[in-house]
Amino acid sequence: MADVKMKTIMRDGIWNNNVVFAQMLALCPLLAVTSTATNGLGMGIASLAVMIASSLVVSIMRDFITKEVRLPVFVLLIATIVTLVDMSMNAWLHEMHKVLGLFIPLIVTNCAILGRVESFASHQPVGKAVADGFFMGIGFTVALVAVGATREMLGSGTLFANAALLLGDAFAFMELTVIPEYGGFLLMILPPGAFIALGFILAGKRVIDARISRDEDNDLPIIPTPAEGHSH
Amino acid sequence: MSLSKTTVTTPSYRQRIGYHGMLVGGTALLASALLVMGNTSTKHVIAQRHAEDVQQMLSEVVPPTLHDNDLLHDKFELDGKEIYQARLENEVSAVAFQVAEPGYSGIITMIMAVNKDSKLLGVRVVSHTETPGLGDKMEAARSDWVYSFEGKQLSDDNHKQWAVKKDGGQFDQFTGATITPRAIVKAVKAGMQFFANHKQRLLSYEPGPESAISEVKENG
Repeated sequence: MADVKMKTIMRDGIWNNNVVFAQMLALCPLLAVTSTATNGLGMGIASLAVMIASSLVVSIMRDFITKEVRLPVFVLLIATIVTLVDMSMNAWLHEMHKVLGLFIPLIVTNCAILGRVESFASHQPVGKAVADGFFMGIGFTVALVAVGATREMLGSGTLFANAALLLGDAFAFMELTVIPEYGGFLLMILPPGAFIALGFILAGKRVIDARISRDEDNDLPIIPTPAEGHSH
Repeated sequence: MSLSKTTVTTPSYRQRIGYHGMLVGGTALLASALLVMGNTSTKHVIAQRHAEDVQQMLSEVVPPTLHDNDLLHDKFELDGKEIYQARLENEVSAVAFQVAEPGYSGIITMIMAVNKDSKLLGVRVVSHTETPGLGDKMEAARSDWVYSFEGKQLSDDNHKQWAVKKDGGQFDQFTGATITPRAIVKAVKAGMQFFANHKQRLLSYEPGPESAISEVKENG
């Protein structure tokens, strides 16, 4: 635990220990906002910023925080960061805030941030904590966009609708109509659609994981790693 | 692991209740200090941006051909509402004001304009916190829905028409969201009622002390 490689942090964040697909955290914002891929992307970017910032702050303060009162301290810090991000975006990135602003209060309900801070950043050096926040945030963004894209395609037949509002007019090319003259499938836009899409994506990930581990079994036999020496 | 490490390396004072209290208290103090600093440094900028938004919305609902005065600063108060009066050569041509109504998750604030023939010129949503992707279709940038108000009138015999289609009215609801459009229709209807009740005052031009002050300021 004490010595985690950067590569492991990256692989865990994006795939092996993905916030949504492996830890099954942050389902509340996931269900709420992924009716389109663009919304998923917006929520992902906002969460990414907060994850990096909270991992950084908690990692700096990790030596002062005792385990008895760590949770109220973490919650206070995260809520403060979210509020500060909200205020400064409203003031200085006003156009972006008009689009992302709706997502920011939802970040406080994201238990994944508290989870990462608690299980990683609170006992890792600053650099690794920030890297973990970054890759966990990227993994979360990937999950949100995947679920959002699935629901959007099945629900309204488009992909990345209104992306230009979020990212600027230069990204208008992302807005695709996958199925023209599509009547729409309301179920997929409503929250049950998120559960259904998530279920299929999770099953897909299991299949890929099973295939990967089978391939590894064939290539090189797994040598049980000797238990690491007890820390003193 | 980390647990045993903590117990060995932690100085004894960290196990006292007092330290825990100080830690939480200190963090709360730090958090409040940061928030106060953040609030004071962004407050004015946010207010400025909000005023720009209102001006932008005003210019969308009141066409520039309808007024030759400075809409944003030419306002007066009536019944707790700020009224923006559009005038052409001192003749009132239209008025704009804000209306608000709780939506699905928080207050929706709108600005609406009515011309001197009691016709609705337009409605724009200034701020809201509705669900992204479901309730946000009332933004003019996302959907044409809000334009469906243009040209509508409220009279004694079309009260029932001022509702969403689900309730037997003339306005569409959104796919998956009825509460948001219902709230907006209700607020705009109340705004039309407000206009009808105060038509006399709203359409008369009385240069009040406020505009006199602003004129003095501009001259000086």
